[in-house]
Amino acid sequence: MKTKLVYLLVAITMFVSACSPAAGSPTSTSTAQRTLIVMTHDSFAASKSVISAFETANNIKLQFIASGDAGTALNKAILAKDNPFADVFYGVDNTFLSRALTESIFQPYNSPILTDIPAQYKQDPQNNALPVDWGDVCLNYDMQYFSNHNIAPPQNLEDLLKPEYKNMLVVENPATSSPGLAFLLATIGHFGTGKYLDYWRGLVANNVQVVNDWETAYYTNFSRWGGDRPIVVSYNSSPAFEVVGSKTPVSAPETAVITSDGSCFRQIEFVGILHGTKNLDLAEKWVDFMLSTTFQEDIPLQMYVFPVNPAAKLDATFQKFLAIPQNPAYVSPDDIAANRESWINAWTDTVLR
Amino acid sequence: MIFKRYRSASLILLWLAPVCFLALFYFYPMVSILTLSLARSQGGLLTPFISALTSPITWRVLSFTFWQAILSTLLTLAVGLPGAYLISHYDFRGKGLLQALTGIPFLMPTLVVAAAFNALLGPNGWLNLGLKRGFGLTSPPIHFSNTLIAILIAHVFYNTTIIIRMVGDFWSHVDPRLGQAARMLGANRWQAIRRVTLPILTPAIAAAALLVFIFDFTSFGVILILGGPRFATLEVEIYYQTISLFNLPMAAVLAIIQLLCTLGLTIFYTRLIRRLSIPLALKSHQVTQRRLTSPRARLVAGTIIILLFALLILPLAALAIRSVIRLEPNRGEQTVMSPGFTLDFYRALFTNSSQSIFYASPSTAIAVSLGYALATTTLALLLGIPAALALARDDSSPVSHSLDAMLMLPLGTSAVTLGLGFIVALDKPPLDLRSSWLLVPLAHTLVAFPFVVRNLTPALRSIRPRIRQAAAVLGASPGSVFQHIDLPLIARSLLVAAAFAFTISLGEFGATSLIARPEYPTVPIAIYRLFSRPGDINYGQALALSTILMVVAGAGMLIIDRMRIGDVGEF
Repeated sequence: MKTKLVYLLVAITMFVSACSPAAGSPTSTSTAQRTLIVMTHDSFAASKSVISAFETANNIKLQFIASGDAGTALNKAILAKDNPFADVFYGVDNTFLSRALTESIFQPYNSPILTDIPAQYKQDPQNNALPVDWGDVCLNYDMQYFSNHNIAPPQNLEDLLKPEYKNMLVVENPATSSPGLAFLLATIGHFGTGKYLDYWRGLVANNVQVVNDWETAYYTNFSRWGGDRPIVVSYNSSPAFEVVGSKTPVSAPETAVITSDGSCFRQIEFVGILHGTKNLDLAEKWVDFMLSTTFQEDIPLQMYVFPVNPAAKLDATFQKFLAIPQNPAYVSPDDIAANRESWINAWTDTVLR
Repeated sequence: MIFKRYRSASLILLWLAPVCFLALFYFYPMVSILTLSLARSQGGLLTPFISALTSPITWRVLSFTFWQAILSTLLTLAVGLPGAYLISHYDFRGKGLLQALTGIPFLMPTLVVAAAFNALLGPNGWLNLGLKRGFGLTSPPIHFSNTLIAILIAHVFYNTTIIIRMVGDFWSHVDPRLGQAARMLGANRWQAIRRVTLPILTPAIAAAALLVFIFDFTSFGVILILGGPRFATLEVEIYYQTISLFNLPMAAVLAIIQLLCTLGLTIFYTRLIRRLSIPLALKSHQVTQRRLTSPRARLVAGTIIILLFALLILPLAALAIRSVIRLEPNRGEQTVMSPGFTLDFYRALFTNSSQSIFYASPSTAIAVSLGYALATTTLALLLGIPAALALARDDSSPVSHSLDAMLMLPLGTSAVTLGLGFIVALDKPPLDLRSSWLLVPLAHTLVAFPFVVRNLTPALRSIRPRIRQAAAVLGASPGSVFQHIDLPLIARSLLVAAAFAFTISLGEFGATSLIARPEYPTVPIAIYRLFSRPGDINYGQALALSTILMVVAGAGMLIIDRMRIGDVGEF
């Protein structure tokens, strides 16, 4: 009989513990303090001082739900749209923007700061989704490798088809990797939908290597980190972070970025206020805060991307090693949404089969 | 009649907690997300099924999933069974350490495993580095990643410990006199193995192989990172359809196919096991194990130890060494590396140089991981023990068979589908757990619970029912029968089960990454964050933290192995 009692107790405690709303509930802190819940992806980061400045100024508590990559986080927000558990969503980029807008998870907000933001970053005329930061996916190369071998580094996408750059490029799979998709979009934007596959056929003939994720491409295959491929698809910020994120102080990066016209693809990340929020006033304040210089200046060293607000100042060392493409390739969010699957499938058939 | 009714009433009580748990935290979320996904289909319910089943991609993915899982399982058995033989038959110094070390791979997150193999076999790994230097080569001679071989070796690396522990543990209690008697009666060595040893071991081997197969079948990280873009399992395709394409109906159909395969496997397994289970008199270590005295025994043991060492321990050692050796190309001469000892990466781990709100010191991450692991172990044992008891007591009714098969389903479920299922289903008070930390131990328990059941049931089944009946006749209540008969007899299996639950939770990454709270990262999450940033200091810290995880895991395994030598585990 004793054991049965134990089992019953177990069952009961389980249900009670499962049902207790204590954990994660917004109301558990002090009496009048409200909580604003921000849903985002796992690359989100910010300085403690910046976050607490906002919390103290508004006497609120910020809670972040930051799990899963950008696509996963967005899917969660969409699936919860009838019964949202967050007030704001940050981190949808231009390759996913159409999905967010079609599913109408956001409500429009005409933040006063928007007037300061350059038009090139604004992709949604209704301002459901407001731009926060941007970063370019570009080809990086190992400068040491090219100087050691007395080869001039490539200048643009077309160069990679030349025989002297055979066996040199490693790219990420657009089906599994965000920079991989961005680079495919760069080739589509640059060569056009009719010709991009020809370009990739040329890369295959030049023995391009494909891996599934940025970590493998950068840390396993890129020659800077011991691999045998001196050209890699990464970000325009990577060389600067090689300097900032180096163990020993170095005066200059060992890698460089190719920034010729149409060789990069610009990823822009957006924030939006979720439909159904009960904290609209706070949500608007938070969005304003994200666009303000305080938050914008914190972005680069925390998230490795760049502020959209031109008033935000960049760290001096950082700025020194930053290469910014003047004319990145462009593909509209609607085109990406409409063709994502067929482009990736066509690419897979051409490059992997 | 009364006895029978009493029996089924007690069975219902035993099943109550496990069934409620699965219903609430597995079936409800799964049914919710699958129906919601299918409802999004534009051309009616059947369309996604038709388009999935007529697509050549589905069939290609499905056949590859089976093919690599079968190959991986066979290879794992080939490595694991000699290992199980070694630890069950011989007593030697360092055995506990060997067992603990071979257990570490199982709980390593895929990113760490990929980094470990990279440190050993990658273009700049120790092996290629040595070959390049030794033979004066300019390019690395070994190409490991993005091959089928890499997938198979990684699967063997991960799962060998399942075979060693589950089969070895059972084997160490099998009376050696059974085999000896067969030899005395004129059977040769091979006949004795085939007719006596194998039939006795089959339930344990089948149980272990099934678990290995399910893990290989639903493999995700290994395929993605080490296998590369040319290989896709169902799990990888489900992820792609869900996240990249947001084709939820297609993802749902693939998830259902994966579930049906798992269900089919477990039904097959439960049938098999019913026919094969033999009640045995389990023997103590003292009877079954010998010291390594003869030269032949030493040779056999030495060979097995070297094999296990090369496959399971070397990659981990390569990673640990890389975390304290700075290895950068000398500027100016690309091919020459200058190794040097450094503890900088460990120092950097303990400073929050970025001032990030989500910074967690390694000690915080370890504490969070240990807390979740403890909660998971408790929950998994509380649910697993009654379920295993019920299964062992009633192995004939169809209800019991179908419940048995269903317990395994969470292992064959795609993490991304279940993760989204939580968001859709657990969204109303009092069960609004969408942003709760509780989701983490709950998800870990779903994975650990079947392990506990699979470990305990064979042990409970092999207890001769007459011992229980004798106790009952002598006036013991069912509770005291459990306490004085079952519990002491299964104590070792219980510890193995607890060890599995604990380590599964420590190393779980896939589900955790979907539901963890950013301010409470587990060690695998913290490692992932470091890996995904450029710069040698981040990569080095990731390796350092991985090494710390390895040490913590190894220490945990050692403690568990030590603990059972004392008061329990004597039969």
